[in-house]
Amino acid sequence: MKKPQEASISITGLAKRFEKSPLYQNFSLEIPGGQITCIFGPNGCGKSTLLNMIAGLIPLDSGQVRFGGRALKDIKIGYVFQNYRDALFPWLRAIDNIKYPLSSTGVSSRQCRLRAEELIHQFDVGFDLNRYPYELSGGQQQLVSIMRSLATKPKILFLDEPFSALDYESTLSIRDKLQDVFISTGVTIVMVSHDLEEAVYLADNIVLLTKRPTQIAEVITFNAGRPRTPNILSDPEFVRLKAYSLDVFRREANRS
Amino acid sequence: MSSSSLNRLSKAATSLLSVNIGTLILLAIWWIAAALELIDRVLLPTPAETFVSLWNALISGDILQDFGLTLYRSLYAFMIALVIGVPIGIILGSSEKIYQSFEFLIDFFRSTPATAMFPLFLIVFGIGDFAKVAVAAFAGALIIFFNTAYGVMNARKTRIMAAKVMGVPRWRVFRDVIFFESLPQTFIGLRTSISLTLVVIIVAEMFVGSTNGMGQRIIDAQQVFDMPQMYASIIATGVMGYGLNQIFLITENKFVHWKGR
Repeated sequence: MKKPQEASISITGLAKRFEKSPLYQNFSLEIPGGQITCIFGPNGCGKSTLLNMIAGLIPLDSGQVRFGGRALKDIKIGYVFQNYRDALFPWLRAIDNIKYPLSSTGVSSRQCRLRAEELIHQFDVGFDLNRYPYELSGGQQQLVSIMRSLATKPKILFLDEPFSALDYESTLSIRDKLQDVFISTGVTIVMVSHDLEEAVYLADNIVLLTKRPTQIAEVITFNAGRPRTPNILSDPEFVRLKAYSLDVFRREANRS
Repeated sequence: MSSSSLNRLSKAATSLLSVNIGTLILLAIWWIAAALELIDRVLLPTPAETFVSLWNALISGDILQDFGLTLYRSLYAFMIALVIGVPIGIILGSSEKIYQSFEFLIDFFRSTPATAMFPLFLIVFGIGDFAKVAVAAFAGALIIFFNTAYGVMNARKTRIMAAKVMGVPRWRVFRDVIFFESLPQTFIGLRTSISLTLVVIIVAEMFVGSTNGMGQRIIDAQQVFDMPQMYASIIATGVMGYGLNQIFLITENKFVHWKGR
C-alpha cells in the first residue's frame, strides 16, 4: 500500500473568477491521502470546477495545489468524467480504451495486457471488452472509464459525479466495486457527488461547500469501517451524519 | 435449398422491391407518357428505346471510353482536393485564431460558384485537360477543407481533456483523439466533394472545349437530336454519381463505425 501522506492534497489561497464574479476567493482545503473524500454543495457553487482545478484541467487565477508537497506533473492521477459517452474513445474497443493511458505513453503491449488482465480480475468484469463502447450499457461504459482511469496505477483518483447518468442498479454495483478497489489499493479518491446519501456512504470525509463565492461550510468525518454495505444505511451514526449534513446543506443553499 | 434460406431469399426480394417501388413507378409513368405520346416523341423516347441505345453504346464500347475519362478526371480532381484539403483543414481547424483570420476568405470562396473560375483557370493552365481537373479540384478542396476544419474545431472537449489528464503528449492527443474526432465530419466533406467534382467535370466537358467525356457525349447527342442517346448518357452519368456516393458511404460506415452512436 502507498504511503497515504504522499497522495494528500493541499490547496492554499485558491482564487478563480468567472466572467466578473468571483467563484473562489482565498480558498484553502486539505484532502488527506489514502481516504475517500466527497465534495458536496449547492448548484452552481463550482464543485466540478474545483475538481477540475485540482486535476489541472482548468487553470487557477491564483493559489497553489500541491500533492504531498509535489507538483501535479510529478504524480500520477486518474480522472473519471460524468459523461462516459463523451469521455471514452468510440473508435477503440473497450479493452483498448482501458490500455490507452499505458499504450500512449510507450508501455509495451505485453505490460498493457498484463495490467488490463489485472484490472479485469479486480473488477470481476463479466461482459465482452472486445466490443466498442457504444455497444455497451451505460453502467458498463462507466466501469470501463473507471478501469481506464486506474490503468496507470494512479496515486489519486478524481471522479466527477460518476454515477449521475446511471440507473440505480448500475450505481449500486459500481459504487461497491469502487469501494473494493479503494480497500485493495488505498488510492486517494476525491469525488464530486450530487447525492448526499451516496457521499456519506462512501466517504471518510464529506466536504460541504457554500454558495458563491464558495467557501467550506463544514468538513464532516465518517469513520465507519469498510467494506461498508447497505446495512450501514440504517446505522444510527450514518443516519445522524446524513441528517446533520443535510441541515448544513439546507442552511447554505437557502442563504441569500 | 432449405426452406429457411428460401424464406430469406424471398424476404430479400420483397425488401428490394419495396425499396425500389418509386423507381418502378417513375419508369411506368415514363413508359405510359411516351407510349401515349403525351409528350413529343422527339423530346421523350420510350424507356425501351433509351435502354436499347444505352446497350448499343455499351456493346460498341464508345460510351465506356467517355465514362472512363469522366471518372478518371473526377477522381483525379478529387485526389488533388483530398491531398490539399485535409491537411489545410487540420491546420486551420486546430487553432480558432488562425481559422477566424481566414474565415471571410473561406466563406467568400465557398459562396463563389467554382464554374465562375473557368476562364481564370483556362488562362493559368491552358485549354487542356488539366484546367478542368484543376477547377474541379479547387471546388472539391474547399468543401473538404472546411468540413475537416469544422471536424477538428468541434472535437469533443471531454475526450481531449480525458487524454490530457492521462498525461498523453500533445502531438499524440492530436493524432489519437482530435484526428479521429474530426473523421465523421471529414467524411461528409469527402462525399460532398466527390459529387461536386463530378458536377464540375461534366460542366467543363460540355462547355470548355472538350472532345470527349460524358458531358461532351450528352451535349453531342442533344446537338443532333439523338434523344435516346442523350437520356442513355444522362442515366450512365447518374449511375457513376450514385456509385461513387455508395462507395464512399460504405467506406465511411466501415472507417467511422462510431458515427452517430
